[in-house]
Parts: sequence; C-alpha cells; structure tokens
Amino acid sequence: MGQTITVTVNGTAHTAEVDPRTLLVHFLREQLTLTGTHIGCDTSTCGCCTVHLDGEPVLSCSVLAVQADGCAVRTVEGLAEGGELHPIQQAFHENHGLQCGFCTPGMMMTGLGVIEQNPNAADEEIREALEGNLCRCTGYQNIVAAVRSAADQMARS
Amino acid sequence: MATVERKTGGGIGEAVLRKEDRKFVTGEGRYVDDLRLPGMLHAVFVRSPFGHARITGIDTAAAEALPGVHRVLTHATLPAETGVLCASNPPGSDVRQPEQPLLARDEVRYVGEPVAIVIADDRYLARDGADLVHVDYDPLPVVCDAEAALADGAPLVHSEYPDNAAATLFHETDGFAEALAGAARTVELRVVNQRVTPMPMETRGCIGDWQQSTGEVTLHTSTQVAHFVRTFISFVCGTSEAKVRVVTPDVGGGFGAKLNTYREEFAVCSASRVLGVPVKWIEDRSENAVATIHGRDQIQYYTAGVDESGRIVALKLEAFQNNGAYHQLLTPTISHLTVFMVPGCYDIQNISIRMRQAFTNTTPTDAYRGAGRPEATHGIERLMDAIADDLGLDPAEVRRVNFIKPEQFPYSSSTGLVYDSGDYDTTLDEALRLADYAGFAARRAASEANGRYRGIGLSTYVEVCGLAPSAVTAAIGVGAPGWEHSTVRLHPTGKATVITGTSPHGQGHATSWSQIVQTELGVPFEDVEVIHGDTAFQPYGLGTYGSRSLAVGGVALYRSLGKVREKAREIAANLLECSVDDLEWTGSSWQVKGSPDRAKTIQELAGAAWAASSMPEGVEPVLEATTFHDPPNFTFPFGTHVCEVEIDPDTGRVEIVNYTAVDDCGNVINPMIVDGQVHGGIIQGLGQALYEETVYGEDGQMLTPTLVEYLVPSAADVPPMTLARTTTPSPSNPMGVKGIGEAGTIAASAAIVNAAVDALSGLGVRHLEMPMQPARIWNVIQEATS
Repeated sequence: MGQTITVTVNGTAHTAEVDPRTLLVHFLREQLTLTGTHIGCDTSTCGCCTVHLDGEPVLSCSVLAVQADGCAVRTVEGLAEGGELHPIQQAFHENHGLQCGFCTPGMMMTGLGVIEQNPNAADEEIREALEGNLCRCTGYQNIVAAVRSAADQMARS
Repeated sequence: MATVERKTGGGIGEAVLRKEDRKFVTGEGRYVDDLRLPGMLHAVFVRSPFGHARITGIDTAAAEALPGVHRVLTHATLPAETGVLCASNPPGSDVRQPEQPLLARDEVRYVGEPVAIVIADDRYLARDGADLVHVDYDPLPVVCDAEAALADGAPLVHSEYPDNAAATLFHETDGFAEALAGAARTVELRVVNQRVTPMPMETRGCIGDWQQSTGEVTLHTSTQVAHFVRTFISFVCGTSEAKVRVVTPDVGGGFGAKLNTYREEFAVCSASRVLGVPVKWIEDRSENAVATIHGRDQIQYYTAGVDESGRIVALKLEAFQNNGAYHQLLTPTISHLTVFMVPGCYDIQNISIRMRQAFTNTTPTDAYRGAGRPEATHGIERLMDAIADDLGLDPAEVRRVNFIKPEQFPYSSSTGLVYDSGDYDTTLDEALRLADYAGFAARRAASEANGRYRGIGLSTYVEVCGLAPSAVTAAIGVGAPGWEHSTVRLHPTGKATVITGTSPHGQGHATSWSQIVQTELGVPFEDVEVIHGDTAFQPYGLGTYGSRSLAVGGVALYRSLGKVREKAREIAANLLECSVDDLEWTGSSWQVKGSPDRAKTIQELAGAAWAASSMPEGVEPVLEATTFHDPPNFTFPFGTHVCEVEIDPDTGRVEIVNYTAVDDCGNVINPMIVDGQVHGGIIQGLGQALYEETVYGEDGQMLTPTLVEYLVPSAADVPPMTLARTTTPSPSNPMGVKGIGEAGTIAASAAIVNAAVDALSGLGVRHLEMPMQPARIWNVIQEATS
C-alpha cells in the first residue's frame, strides 16, 4: 500500500515510502523528524503548518505527501544558514514578534513568501497576506513590524 | 510612548531581547507533539456526539480487530481510583461536586465527553479504530443556557440532584436595601458575557509513561501547572506522588486552558500502565473546541442606585454563571473572582451580589485569560456608560465621580479586598489626552459627513492579580495555596541557574528572570539559565496564571537573590578579613567601603563557597538559596483604555480606528515584554467584543467546532495600538511590581462595546451584546432606522 516518493527538503533529497493518505506535514514531522513545522488546526485555517513548496507558501496539512513527489520543500529548519539567522528570523527576534513560538515557523514562512513576492508591500498588504496565519499571543502588531523589518533588511542586502 | 532601545542583555527596566527566541525561530522548540519515546503508541478518544444521553452499550470488537490497534479501553477497563477532581469549594455556596469519571460510565452530559480510548501504532490507525467503536446511546433532554437550567422544570444535567444549581455565591453589605431605596434614580442593565474558547495555537497533548518495574510514571504534558497535575495524578491514578514526574515541554500558549488537570492526562497514564508502553495523545483542534474548558458565559442583571452626579450609592448584581456539565479544577472559583471585582475601580460601599452557578449540557467553563474579572469589568464599565447616558453626563466624568481617590489607598472594598495602590484619575487623564478625547466631536462630524457612524468608548479597569495569599485561597475554598518557589544556584564558575515554580508559555520568564538576576546579583544576563516546569527539579511550583508570575514568582526569586547576596557577604568578609559591616555591595561584588582594590566579585565568591576551604564559622558551602514566597496581599494593576470606532451602515462592520491603552502595572522589568502582553491581551478582548462566540444549538450540539466557525482575530482585523504607562508601585511586594498578563483582555471588550454603542447612540441604541459581528450590528441599525 505504500508509495515511494522523493522530496527535496531544505536542499536534501529524501526518498521514502509513504501511505498515500499521509499529509505532507505528517511526512515532514513524523518521517523526517522535522518538527519545526507545527499543526494548529484541522481545517486549513491557522497557518501553523505553512511551508514553501517549489517556492510558494502552502499549508502542508492540505497537501498529501505524494503530491510533493519530485518537489522542493523549504521548512523553518532550512532558513538559517551556517548558524546565521535568516533576516526573517532575526526580525522576529528583534521585533518581539513571538511569544509562545508555536505559530512562529508558519508565520515566518508566510511572511517570507510575502516579501519574496512583493518586497515593497505596505503594512496593509502585509496584514492581508498574513490573514491565514493565526497568532493568539502577540496581537500581531510586532509580527507585522517584523515582516516589514525583514523586507527592508532583505532589500538592503 | 517613546521608543525604548532594545538590547541583547541587561537588567531590570531594560527592553532586553528574549533569550528564548532562537530555538523558536529555528524550529528547535520542543512541544509535546515533537517528543517521541521508545515504543510509544498513540491514543484517540471516542467522544459523545450527544449533549446528553444514556449509554446502553459499547462494542469495541471491530476496533480491536483492526490491525495496528492494540487496545480499546472504556470506563470498565481503564483503571482509576477516582474521577477528575475539582479544587474549588467556595464556603457557604452549597457547591455540588458531581463525579467526573475519566471515561463516561453510563451517561454522557455534553458533546465531546470521552467514552473510550483507542490505542494504536499511529494516529491514523487510532482514528480508524475510533471510527469502528460502536456506542449505543439513548438521547436525553438537554439544557445549555444557565438561566434556563435554573428555571423550574428544566431537564436535569445530573439526575442525582433535584435541580441544576451548581453553587450560589451571595454577598450583601449591611444597609444595602435602605441605600438602594434612598437613591435618587436607578439605572438597570442586562449584560451577557458570552461563552468563548481560549484557543491557544497549540492544542493540548500529553504522553503518559508508566514504568512497570518501579511504578514510576512520567507525564509530559502541555500545561501551566505541572505540580497540580502531579498531585492529582497521585490521587486519580492511585500512586505515590513521589513516583510521579510531570514534565512541561515548550507550551504553545495557555490563556487558562492549560491551568487545569484533565481526564486525558490521567487517562494516558492509566493506559500506559495497562499497555506497558508510553501512550501519546494530541488533541485535534475540533476536539479542543469541546474537550478543553471554555471561558465566561455569564448573564448579569445590574441595578444601580445613583445620585444626580452619577455617583453610585448602591449596586445590585443578580448573575447567572454557566459552569458546564462538570466542575473542572477551579470552575466554581471563577465567578467568585467576578464577585470580588464587581465594584471595579469605584468607591461603592453598598453592594449586593448573587451569583447563581448552573450545570448545563456543555463543556465545563473555567479560567480563561482574566478569569472572572473581565466579566466584572465589562459589566461595570457598560453600566458606567448607561448611567452617563441616563443622566446626560460625560462618561469620563461619571467615572471620575465614582473613582477611589489616591488618598484612599490602601482601600477596603465592599467585597472584602484591600486594593494596594492606585491613581485612577492620572491614567484616565493620560488616556484621554493621547486619544484626543477633546477633539472627538470634530472626528465624529467628519465620519457622519462620509455616511459612517463614529463612537468613542472608555474602559477604566482595576484587576486583582498576584494570585494569591495562601490564607485567602483557603478562605475562599480553593484547595491549593498561592505561594511560589524559587531556587538560585551559583555554580563554581560563577554562572547561575534559577529554578522557578512559575511555568511560562510565552511570557518570557527566562529573559525577565535573568534581568532580575543581573540587577540583584551582578551575574550577567547571558550567564543565567532558568529551569521551570519539571517536577523532578523543583520542590513545588504553583505555576503561571492570574498574572501572578512576576508578582509572586519574581518576588520569590528576588528574595532568593538577596539571601545569596548576604551569604556571599559573609564569605567575602572572611576572605577580606573584615567585618560584614565594613562591606558595601557594588552591584556585582562586595568591597571594603571606600577600597575598590579590596573586593570579591560574586563569581569569585561562588567559587570560594564551592571550594569551601575558607568558610566563616557556621556557614555551609555553596552559594544557593531557596525561597517559598507567600504574598501578604494581591496586587491591583489598573488603567484606562480608549477605543474609537467607525461603523459602516451598509455592512454593519465595526472598524476600530484608534485604540489607546494607558496601563499601570507598577514597576516594569522588561517594557518590551510588557507591551507584548498588552498587545496580545487587547486583541483577545477585541476577539470577544467583535468575533468570538462559542455556540450550542438547542439540541446541545456545538455549532462552532472549528476555526472556520469560531472567529479568532487575524492580522487583518487588528488596529494599530497606542500604548503608554503610568507607574504606581505596589506596596504588596519589595519589587513594587503588579502583573500585566491579563490587563489588556480585562479592559478591552468594554472599551470597544462602549465605543460602538456611542456610535449608534444617535439612533437610540442603548446597549449592544457581544460579539458585535457585522450581521448583528446591521440588524440593530435596520431596526433602529426602520
């Protein structure tokens, strides 16, 4: 009943056998033990499980692992390089854009997607783009500031 | 507020960036679902689809025959000494404590009540197995509303009782009736504080690991109160408390939802005992909607006797609290906190309060951010506006007339509390200035010219925090004390470990506690590690809730640091061959007064205390101190929030255009973290005011079981906020701190509703209920204008 897939995650190709009903998020978390991607709901509403699939932010709870066969996935574990935080990570830290940290990986992946698609996004556009990612701790003010700050930093570098 | 420079390390009062952050932004956080133990199996609960029904049969054969399913346990086969225990018995309330078995025995009383537990190789298979468990139910009549539940002839939630009364709290001051009868006017108001769901982004989850050979059990659980959980496991599972270890991994938000001890936590321990391997359960979101406590659900009838200036001469509250089907850890105490805070920040001497708590066929209610105090604040703050409206006065002036004045502190309230300190006029003045209250009329006129209704609303609040003096918790019938523990341990290298009984889940204690250590002991911020939430490392900790962590746990730390510093002084005097009275503290060393070259740093003294080769007579080795701090009183943070809204008559949408908060939480350790707590708190209050409502149908079905129906605010829904602070130190503790975790939530809903009522006041609207979703507001406008 298993199906063999190959998914490149954070630059490393993984070939594995999966049950066809396995969600991408469970494949990442359970089979690859990449537990930085979280699950916050069961209706594709909270955004906690957001990863990049071939460069686009997707909800990994709404993608079957077999659909990711042959694709490139980027997760929160793939942001920092050589021990250096990615600008989006640094910006969340410097702007106090996280409290409990549970929504943070998904929030950063969506925020990074916004920046990559529209480096000059206005705050209003950032807020609209983050609408599918829920945070219960911060009230979003510092999250929006963090995405804005990361966009500015990435534009400069 | 002036921007405070953020730093990567520092002491008390500085906006220090959080040392917790790096693991969370890199994905290295360890939440309970991230943990895997050898041989671990996975549990899924079979839950009641009915609000009330008799169980006539459970057939587990098909489920147990499914490959990958190891066992299906029911009430008959899951070992337990007792059911879930409630720690709250308010004296004089005639509280009833119905049995809450871990799995339903012969009756289910709310949708989502657990009936069986399926244990399988993985979650997919456990879910498959749960679908094959066949339960026969005979549905029974349901009642979901507290008022209806207490009416004659209501269906009984627990047939062993003659009615649905869960507890009744009553408090009345002498002479109340005469004072009310003598009032120049009376103002009446009915306020509904609707049921909401805490909804931390991480649901609950736990792993029970019962070691067969030793009888030791370890529970990894997403909780705010590890030690409570341990104590209760010993009772429920029938084992020695000394054999139980509860480990709190990173916790993805709590808001009171995890200030509890739940059936599932006991059930996975017992299931592990039966199966001989670790058992993991992770709550689904739609399961969280029914299986984890709800908050609020209180209906209030106010009658205020007032004089012509708007001063309240007597206040009566008749209230109904929906407790749900059973009592969780603190259920009967939550509306008790409402009772305490009914007068708010006003000098109301004559008061009468009756809080009738009811059982209903709903998920139990318990602590949700603010826990009883938002209900009090929302009610009294709506009432203030109703009085202003009745008398044609400015709402700000009605508040001023009623405020407790600075010279009245410490102030004995008519509900039995002693407010520690306050200056309510100053926060009101500052908030009105920042919000340009004086210029509102022009802004309203401009909005009206654009065809939109504009309103402004105030909320002047005070809350009771720093839970709690243990004598008080005992007096109000809470079966747990309110002190907090800290241990400070200096290592031979001069680095420090802090063990705290608080249990942070987003509040940044590792950072704030390190700042306190740097300031009080001179050990640099980066040299401090903070341990929490593991019962193996702590004597006992009460946990994080009720805005208590800093005011009780932080003060416990402060006192341990003082003990370490004084012990170091004795060792320094011995090494420097002088008297302790000859030494002065420089912030990081003890030095002979006026002789900087004759000094020992705290690190040197830590090393000397460890080496112990030259200790003063009678002084034990090692710089380490422990404190159990029991506060002499609560703390009473306060402030004023001002909200300005525009309402679109075509859609009914309430848009917040300005939000100003001036809070006073006493002395501040980290202003960045305080602002973050206020932001988040306000948005939870906004959520209740505008979007959130947990709804049951008349048949007892949960109508808001997912985040699709239950609307949590998103980034697109929230306004920019202007925050400011005044500082009135608390005399309740030597640090002068009060607490800020719940202030925003307590204040916000009333400010927002008052603003919306003000916006529609020209249409004759006098009151609005929450949540003010567009459809509700649109209908109000249609009715008012047709």
